Amino acid sequence: MTGYHLSLISLTGIMIVFAVSLNMIMGLCGQVSLGHAAFYGVGAYVTAMMSAGGVPTLYALPVGMLIAGLMGLIVGFASLRVRDDFLAITTLAVGFLFVGVVRKSRALGGEFGISGIPESGLGPAGDAFLVAFCVVLTVALSVYLSRNWTGLAFRSISANEEAAQTLGINSAHYKLLAFCIGCALAGLAGGLYANYARFIVPGTFGFSLSITAAAMVVIGGIGSTAGVVAGAVLLTLFPEIFRFLGDYRMLVYGALLVGVMLFQPKGLAGIPSMVRRWAGPR
Amino acid sequence: MYYVDLLISGVAFGCLYAMATMGLTLVYGLLRILHIAHAALFTLGAFVGVWVFNASGSLIVGLIVAILAAVVMGCLIYRLIYESILSQPPYVPLLASLGVLIFLQDGFRIVFGEEGLTVRHNPFYMANFTIGAFSINVIYIVMAGGALISMAVLAFFANYSRHGIAWRATVSRPLLAANFGVNVIQVRYAAFAAGSALAAIAGVLVALMNNLVEPHSGELISYKGLAIIVLGGLGNMQGAFIASLVLGIAESFGIGLAGRYVDRDAIAAVALIATLMIFPNGIGRART
Repeated sequence: MTGYHLSLISLTGIMIVFAVSLNMIMGLCGQVSLGHAAFYGVGAYVTAMMSAGGVPTLYALPVGMLIAGLMGLIVGFASLRVRDDFLAITTLAVGFLFVGVVRKSRALGGEFGISGIPESGLGPAGDAFLVAFCVVLTVALSVYLSRNWTGLAFRSISANEEAAQTLGINSAHYKLLAFCIGCALAGLAGGLYANYARFIVPGTFGFSLSITAAAMVVIGGIGSTAGVVAGAVLLTLFPEIFRFLGDYRMLVYGALLVGVMLFQPKGLAGIPSMVRRWAGPR
Repeated sequence: MYYVDLLISGVAFGCLYAMATMGLTLVYGLLRILHIAHAALFTLGAFVGVWVFNASGSLIVGLIVAILAAVVMGCLIYRLIYESILSQPPYVPLLASLGVLIFLQDGFRIVFGEEGLTVRHNPFYMANFTIGAFSINVIYIVMAGGALISMAVLAFFANYSRHGIAWRATVSRPLLAANFGVNVIQVRYAAFAAGSALAAIAGVLVALMNNLVEPHSGELISYKGLAIIVLGGLGNMQGAFIASLVLGIAESFGIGLAGRYVDRDAIAAVALIATLMIFPNGIGRART
């Protein structure tokens, strides 16, 4: 296995953590977020600044998570006030606000970002192992959450918030929880990314990354952890898989997005049941 | 004087946003789709308009061909993409629309090249209109004038023509309107056609202002467009117009006063978040 493969695997792992974190907010709890890259960016910037200041990566990562989680809590309060399309637009604005502020902030390196982030000291294999560990942890948390009482509450809010409230579910409490956990995990993914790339610029954390994450969730199958993991793997490796397309990759990417939405709106997670319907007794 | 200049450019941009995003409002009112691919129609109009203008030397011909191209493409997007996924949850059409935007933007890059097209004989380039101490870019006047005229025509149709009444009826009660014999499908095509035509005009005007059209020109309106329709209220044209003006002026003054700390998009974002926190259902009330 070459260093290139190792780095590709790390990147895929980071995107899995990121996509699964968005799925907690969007898939489980049903709150559409189009600015999730901002929290990834918060995690990346906090971790990068602390690493550059001499703090070991393993200590910097949780701090990045914590701060991203707190930011998520603040945006979560917005989700109590606005709903549906209005929430989608609010989170979209949060994404633009983050990039706009970072771009003009001299302390955060402005347009040029932060370069020369020191190595974690774990070595390439150690870094890959760290990413793998975080992936396992995130996926386990997501599966655990979706199967216990909290996940049920999330799903009920996603299905019908008024009905959930009538049944005595404190929807505000659970929405804030979803934003908090989801954004903290996005911060973790961002911290891992800063450690992986060792060079970050504000443009990375813009609208297109938020959309990529949303596409991973929806193409994978909204609400299904396994589907979202598959979606994240597929879209991260997309440039590799479709390398033969050369200059036409974005064209095909757009067409793929449209095609999945038209013919398989439940995403990859909907395929097994479709196959079963075909193969099963009629 | 500085503030007057800011106000003028803010109003001009506001009018432009209003014209460019009217199609989004029309579509959102009827179908509740955040039609982000509309931005690609804006770019399509600009490319076709500039290309024909450069080739023929006539701005009017360029404008007409641009409008036709955008109208055809807009109706195609409805027929091929949206019609079959209207019953899906809202993020499905939104992502499909984004896919269309990505596809078309990359298509423009492949067809017209990364650098885009430059306007060859631009009548408005560096043209200024001076009254006393004021000097206004002529293109600003054309932008504001074009927007106001086209909106007035649209508002007249919406309020007084039978098609306009059918449109308003369909926005407020689709089922009831259909029962009263309104051809809902025809209303939808009309909305896509009118909105796409306005986007094409706006695209050509922006190309004239920048003297250039690029594959990514549409990003100027894509995300802000969504903000405007949502702020303006559910498919409410007056609300969208006010939201566009507010956004244009807020951006203009924001850049002038706080441009050192945040960029243009971030100022629009702050204006948006603040407005939505105060009015969680948008400025304009839904017409019911």
